[in-house]
Amino acid sequence: MISFHFSEKFRFRELSEAQLAYLIILPSVVILLCVIFYPIIYTFYLSFHKMFLTQPGKVPFIGLKNYIDFFHSSFFWNAILRTAYFAFLSVGMELILGLGIALLLNQNLVGSKFLKVAIMIPWAIPTVVIGIMWKWIYDANYGALNGLLFSLGIISKYQAWLARPYTAMNLVIIADVWHMTPFVVLIFLASLAVLPKALYEAAEIDGASAWQCFKRITLPLLTPAILIVLVSRTVEAFKVFDIIYVMTSGGPANGTQVINYYTYLETFGYLHFCRGSALSFIISATVLITALIYIKFLHKGIEYI
Amino acid sequence: MFNQKKFIKVLSYLAMVLVAIAIFAPFYWLIISSISTMSELLCTPPHWFPKYPTLDNYLNIFFPKTGVARAAKIFMYTVRNSLIVAGGVTIISLTLGSFAAYALAKLVFPMRNQILISILATRMLPAISTMIPLYIIMTKFNLIDTKICLIILYFTFSIPYVIWIMVGFFRTIPSELEDAARIDGCSRLGSFFRVILPLSAPGLIATTVIAFMLSWDEFFFALILTNTPNAKTVPVTITEFAGRHLIDYGSMCTGGVLACIPPVLIALIFYRFIVRGLTEGAVKG
Repeated sequence: MISFHFSEKFRFRELSEAQLAYLIILPSVVILLCVIFYPIIYTFYLSFHKMFLTQPGKVPFIGLKNYIDFFHSSFFWNAILRTAYFAFLSVGMELILGLGIALLLNQNLVGSKFLKVAIMIPWAIPTVVIGIMWKWIYDANYGALNGLLFSLGIISKYQAWLARPYTAMNLVIIADVWHMTPFVVLIFLASLAVLPKALYEAAEIDGASAWQCFKRITLPLLTPAILIVLVSRTVEAFKVFDIIYVMTSGGPANGTQVINYYTYLETFGYLHFCRGSALSFIISATVLITALIYIKFLHKGIEYI
Repeated sequence: MFNQKKFIKVLSYLAMVLVAIAIFAPFYWLIISSISTMSELLCTPPHWFPKYPTLDNYLNIFFPKTGVARAAKIFMYTVRNSLIVAGGVTIISLTLGSFAAYALAKLVFPMRNQILISILATRMLPAISTMIPLYIIMTKFNLIDTKICLIILYFTFSIPYVIWIMVGFFRTIPSELEDAARIDGCSRLGSFFRVILPLSAPGLIATTVIAFMLSWDEFFFALILTNTPNAKTVPVTITEFAGRHLIDYGSMCTGGVLACIPPVLIALIFYRFIVRGLTEGAVKG
């Protein structure tokens, strides 16, 4: 340490490094403890109990029953499957489109600069507005999608896009991809900007094709960025709620009822607080496990750089 | 003569045009819908360019008359709420967050990494897992449907972002600068304010912008914890543009356009800072 630079009086007056650190971290940590860690523990406690709204104060312990009920419930497993489908498809498309657009804009053709800025727009629009905008575009009677496809002669009559479970899910995924691909593009563009040019020059001298350059240089060097995008987007996709609430409210026929929406319904629709707690705990656990993988991969990624 | 390079260039330009269309077409439709009359919106196929553009929807929101939808009537109140909440959250989380980030990035103390990782890990939790106890606590303190309540809750999800990004920025500042200030007689906090903070101004701007956008965007907490114009925020109000028989898409789109203005403007103005902030956090972890 460098404290020997200071006079005796000065050192006495100043807090030690650790004391100062704890002091200035304290406010943030206290708030987080009160508003996140305490509630989480309380949720965990509730998930092992049963609550009767008609008899407040009576909260009997029922062990793992809430959890076991869910593992036997087809609603639960269907919600999990839908969430996995949503996460897989949306993250996959965001990754591929994001990489493609980033490579495209990285060529610095005329107009790339403009697009690099313009692509921020979908990302900046609030999620709820994304929801109403796409819901209006998909509208069964007056929507722009119907109008466009009808004018082009692709469909012969207007379709109720959001009324079919499977189609509805895919259309919600498209809306989400439109919203979040720009974020992926940003991450990739930043990583592409720092790739060493010398490698490409060397490869060109050795007669490598553009595809070989991409496969052997760009892709391996982008691995850390790809991992970051994959896992941070997966975590968000597992928690998807806003866009589902606005566009389909979990419908039609529960076709877009992802796990977070199911939890919302259990908790604030049917007022099964304890069952809702158990569900939200299952989500948290899933997401945290993904997060741990994230942190582990991220450390590897940093070593790679 | 067939030229492969030229061919790729043409393809690239085509792809860029497609990307531009994909970005602008849905947004264009949102704006057009907000300035179309109801009867034009209900045409089949729709009028891509409105024949009689009107600002009625905007006027209804800015100067609500009797008879307009309730959501339009309270819209400007909720804009004010959103601004207060987002502004409050930004100021508080920036102040507390940059102190905490400084300690986590520059000071040596036991449990440093554990604290950093636990703070960052809270970002991963779904909001619903803390919602039930929070609802009970907020009821107990009589904070349901208040802006304070939202500020406290939004703080918890903006602080991990702030710390994440600021730790990244602080780490890029060489310790020698700070050491020099200390040798010249600056106290530790003095060197923080005089050396570290001015050098991480880009980080502070990025963090401010991102914290504001996150709070502006938040929906779930506001949906559950607010129910009157007293604290309701813009995202919640937008979902309520439903008429008696059908959803009033014209007004809804107008609300949507208005809700887009602050974040989109900010994103375009502070483009460089946001990119640096996001990537600094993401790449350096």
